[in-house]
Amino acid sequence: MRPFGFERAVDIAHASRLGQDSGQGQTDAAVQFLAGGTTLIDLMKLDVLTPARVVDIGPLQVAHNSIEAGAAGLRLGAFATMSATADHPGVLQGYPAIAQSLQLAASAQLRNMATLGGNVLQKTRCTYYRDSSWSACNKRNPGSGCAAIQGFNRNHAVLGVDDTCIAQYPGDFAVALIALDAQVELNGPSGRRRLPFSSLHAPLNRRPHIETTLRPGEIITAFFVPPGAWNRRSLYLKVRDRASYEFAISSAAVALDMDGERVRSVRIGLGGMAYRPWRAKEAEDALTGKPLTESNAEAAAAAALSSATTHGYNDYKPELARRTLVHALLQARSITPADV
Amino acid sequence: MTTVTRRSVMTGCAALAALGAAPPATPAKDEPTTAADGRVDIHMTVNGKRRALTLDVRVTVLDALREHLQLTGTKKGCDQGQCGACTVLIGGRRVLSCLTLAVAAQGKHIETIEGLAGASGKLHPMQQAFIDQDGFQCGYCTPGQIMSAIACVREGHANTDADIREYMSGNLCRCAAYPKIVAAIKQARTEMGHG
Repeated sequence: MRPFGFERAVDIAHASRLGQDSGQGQTDAAVQFLAGGTTLIDLMKLDVLTPARVVDIGPLQVAHNSIEAGAAGLRLGAFATMSATADHPGVLQGYPAIAQSLQLAASAQLRNMATLGGNVLQKTRCTYYRDSSWSACNKRNPGSGCAAIQGFNRNHAVLGVDDTCIAQYPGDFAVALIALDAQVELNGPSGRRRLPFSSLHAPLNRRPHIETTLRPGEIITAFFVPPGAWNRRSLYLKVRDRASYEFAISSAAVALDMDGERVRSVRIGLGGMAYRPWRAKEAEDALTGKPLTESNAEAAAAAALSSATTHGYNDYKPELARRTLVHALLQARSITPADV
Repeated sequence: MTTVTRRSVMTGCAALAALGAAPPATPAKDEPTTAADGRVDIHMTVNGKRRALTLDVRVTVLDALREHLQLTGTKKGCDQGQCGACTVLIGGRRVLSCLTLAVAAQGKHIETIEGLAGASGKLHPMQQAFIDQDGFQCGYCTPGQIMSAIACVREGHANTDADIREYMSGNLCRCAAYPKIVAAIKQARTEMGHG
């Protein structure tokens, strides 16, 4: 690990001031915020992230880790740990997709360390990004090319990609957040603002080194999930290479609001499949107002994957995503109104 | 340039001088103090004893324990947060010491495998259960398994075999002693007063 300067922030204003050079959206920013450390310290050891300064925002945890579930929806302090959120009764009962996305992620130790804000910003697991001996990586070294496109790309993205990068967004929680129309609260040098969660991660647009729309010095302070009948009839289905402690090769967050046999509204997020947390609006539109039959679910899943681009080893992914989504939709349908 | 307040601390490389960082003022209680060579003075409580150390800011809790406090019971497996061999309890919660900077653990309470046995040498019920149930072969992952297992029981995540397997999945065992580890945890959870 390279030498770095270490600073400890005592509150948000202090952190924003210390982090003004964070760039944040950029992978190569000179200043990095340290919360749980499970991504940052790992990537610093690998010489992938080489910040000149690290700003420890751990002391902000106490003031920004509350979880409130009520009539106004769900508010999650961004410094709540993954484990505390996954075990919270209000989350378990009212927002099963959120609880499941966290329970099925990482390991118990990592969930104790990682904060929600850091979790949504975790970096791709692309092996060509994580191994700096590969010279071609547009995300790590802009303009250098992409070794993954011609490489071993079995778990690389098929949605939202272009010919500059096929790195996959690895997280689970963000997939549930994007499906449930979450918002994110940011605090930074120019004050507090709120964004739809769907606009936190930047679209690729041939600029894989710009990962978020965060402004320099901005810190995620909270997430909001609006209230709605669909929240309780939601689930997160994760498909992976081993039974536990593994990233998704395909996942789906589904939230259903039924009007008898017909779909009044459905919210769908896809994971293990895309460059960034992915909302499958085409699939939602295809199902809305229709009975939730297997064939209608299949048609919706086909719509969700219609723009998929594969690169050899990941040719299997669109079919796996379709089957994952159909399975998730039918499973959500079988959540009985009594459960809801 | 950054305003260095009373509680802001700059440490690390000499190159920082080029950034124009002002030297830190007198640090507040519980803040690391920085020496001219970029090393940092920290203290943490390890197994009930307050320990003061002067460390490079890059040193992890794992390396602080093993290389600076000679507490080599905590093992370095992957050093990348993937195997669980380095599991310790910080503030009572199981975490990975290889991904935790010592400077970020300033003032915290750390429990390691060396702190489990009583003064008389009587083993913790989880240690005894691993012996009774033959819960290891080579033993390299065992300190991490035991620390993780104690936390697993205290968290209430050891009620069923399926829960134990799920909530212990962050501790890999290349000898694949997993069935015996599950048996050990079931034995110890009763003795630990968790059913």
